[in-house]
Amino acid sequence: MRALLAALAALGLAIAARAATPAAVNTAAIAEGMPATLSEFALFADAAKQAPAAGVVPYRLNTPLYSDGAEKLRFVYLPAGAKLAAGEDGLLQFPVGTALVKTFAFGEGAARKLIETRLLLHRAEGWVALPYQWNAEQTEARLALAGARVPVTTPAGEAISYRIPNKNQCKECHGLNGAVIPLGPKARNLDSAWLDGLVAKGALAAVPAGSDTFPKWEQRAAATPESAARAYLDVNCAHCHRPGGMASNSGLDLRWEQHDPTAIGIGKRPVAAGRGSGGLEFAVVPGHPERSIMVHRMASTEGGVAMPELGKATVDRDGLAAVERWIAGLRR
Amino acid sequence: MRFPPESRKLSSGLTYRTVSSTLAPMRMTLIAALALSLSPAALAPAAAATREVAAGPDAQARLQEALILAEPGDEVVLGPGRFVLTDGISLDVNGVTIRGAGMDRTVLDFSGQKDAGEGLLVTSDNVVLRDFAVIDTKGDGIKSKGADNIVYYKVRVEWTRGPHPENGAYAIYPVESTNVLVDSVTAIGSSDAGIYVGQSKNIVVRNSVAKFNVAGIEIENSYGADVYNNVAVNNTGGILVFDLPDIPQQGGKDVRVFDNVVVENNTPNFAPAGNIVATVPTGMGVMVMSHYNVEVFGNTFAENGTGNVLVVAYPNETKDAKYNPYPVNVLITGNTHGRAGWKPALGGSEALVQALGGQFPPIMHDGNGRDIVIADGVPVLSLGLTRAGQPRSEAQPQILPPASAAKKPSLPAIVLPPAMEAAVRR
Repeated sequence: MRALLAALAALGLAIAARAATPAAVNTAAIAEGMPATLSEFALFADAAKQAPAAGVVPYRLNTPLYSDGAEKLRFVYLPAGAKLAAGEDGLLQFPVGTALVKTFAFGEGAARKLIETRLLLHRAEGWVALPYQWNAEQTEARLALAGARVPVTTPAGEAISYRIPNKNQCKECHGLNGAVIPLGPKARNLDSAWLDGLVAKGALAAVPAGSDTFPKWEQRAAATPESAARAYLDVNCAHCHRPGGMASNSGLDLRWEQHDPTAIGIGKRPVAAGRGSGGLEFAVVPGHPERSIMVHRMASTEGGVAMPELGKATVDRDGLAAVERWIAGLRR
Repeated sequence: MRFPPESRKLSSGLTYRTVSSTLAPMRMTLIAALALSLSPAALAPAAAATREVAAGPDAQARLQEALILAEPGDEVVLGPGRFVLTDGISLDVNGVTIRGAGMDRTVLDFSGQKDAGEGLLVTSDNVVLRDFAVIDTKGDGIKSKGADNIVYYKVRVEWTRGPHPENGAYAIYPVESTNVLVDSVTAIGSSDAGIYVGQSKNIVVRNSVAKFNVAGIEIENSYGADVYNNVAVNNTGGILVFDLPDIPQQGGKDVRVFDNVVVENNTPNFAPAGNIVATVPTGMGVMVMSHYNVEVFGNTFAENGTGNVLVVAYPNETKDAKYNPYPVNVLITGNTHGRAGWKPALGGSEALVQALGGQFPPIMHDGNGRDIVIADGVPVLSLGLTRAGQPRSEAQPQILPPASAAKKPSLPAIVLPPAMEAAVRR
């Protein structure tokens, strides 16, 4: 009852606030419910142009998750007076009331088409993931609880059926021990200058140790093969392949901080790979990318073989090359 | 586990159900209205609902939406017919029943599946899956992960082209769960195991049929399982009890395999290499690898070309210091043995096969482990190996004469929460 009254009170306050300053972010929508349209959140001054509203801050990740080459526009809305802390593994701990916003787009310049905007909302009961699909006119994005498929052409020129994940699939990647968590904004994968900005604003006490250690993906050639590949695997695989993640039962743990050779796949036999093994014996064979199940599965687009299982219709040639380079250089 | 109060089974055997078309937004409105009157009733959970989903156009979105909007206690009822699905579907709400019109009448067809590692994924607790089929998924059939108190009842999972190395690995795939009931299911064509229970606790697999899989039924790295009254036929190996290294839950223990019919498991092994089941010899009845406390009794074995029972150590090299590759405390007794061993396909034993004139006794033991009691009234081939990973070419084979019971099965029966047993009586 108390929660209900609080929610009703919040609703009342939000309505009052909106009446006073109509351009403000709709904090009530962040707090509860499943709004049918993205515009109800008022996160953008001009959503079609992806111009954020006041208080909604863009950011980038050093090494991003590959999503068929989609351009990704990331924003965070922090509630007034927000104080962040860096938790275990450097994941920033955002207060209740935070909205993380990620828009997926294909096409350059005037031809750019927004496909979907995913929201991660930190509510009193935990993080909630909601997917919104953009209409063809690019005027509105509507809630797509069950996901959708959209034909797109990737930057590499491949025509694919792009998958907007359903609400449950959001959790398949964002789930840890049954709860939804953000994945991207870890201090080690964020730019120091951006973190400095948070400190200057008073939202962060200090830039966390180990910040900005993942290579900037476009500069990966200058990084060591190990750091480029391990950062890539952390960002693209470790949300499932870690204790408490969707693939915990495999025993493969691809987090940056995991250093046990077997746990990261070296000489590790498959557990539940089935035909995903491709007839190969080990996840990673030092010196032999061509004999490593990891490479075989990354290089596939076939359901039941392809890794990652979700959100991938094309092979990430750059990511694959980074992993192959690392495995080729591992001592036999 | 809670069940929809609207559903009542009448003595006539018919199920009477009031169908509610309540959708979540309407329900929220109702709660809000009650809240405004400040009635304590506002705190009560919304009445459980039945959400009907029919086969037909747009089944993917309609079914997935019903599974997302379901609330604890709801029953999602799938109509008869073929649901043509393009992507995996999933359930993440506790206490939901998914019920079809029968394992031959309601068919979830994934032959056009584009995405996801399985057909149906369940990640919530107290879920009942019953009376429908899942066919031709690209990866696994039905997977439930971290889903406690899961019931699979009268479901069929099948790859309709029959044995093929590109079929999915597991048909029925509960993993990392406590309290698992698999009852009266049918699993056909898996390229790994038909019914696979991994890294779980307190498990019952019964009254089920597994055929044309590499492994019919497999219990792996689990604690406490009863496998009984099943039929395992035409697999490569009928029933496997394995403990493997380098995975989170280890030290598999306390498994009883009894009163099963395990016959004619002679389908050539079609598992992709690299998987442990690719090492299962074609023509195997029951195989125990590593593992603690296994009892195999009261089963009917016949027409398994390599043998009816095989007890071995884990054969591969591992750096896992926590792992015990040896079987410990295994009892094989009181089984009925028909013809076996006339076509042995035990890898690395070619010389031995020749020496024995191509005929193996019904039971084999590689010689490894401790407290291995085989007293089943039939001869036993011991390979006389003394360490895990030792090549079979180093075997010191010996045929042991039939022994009679020196020991009785003593592992306790698995007891599941009453609500799970009640779910399969309804």
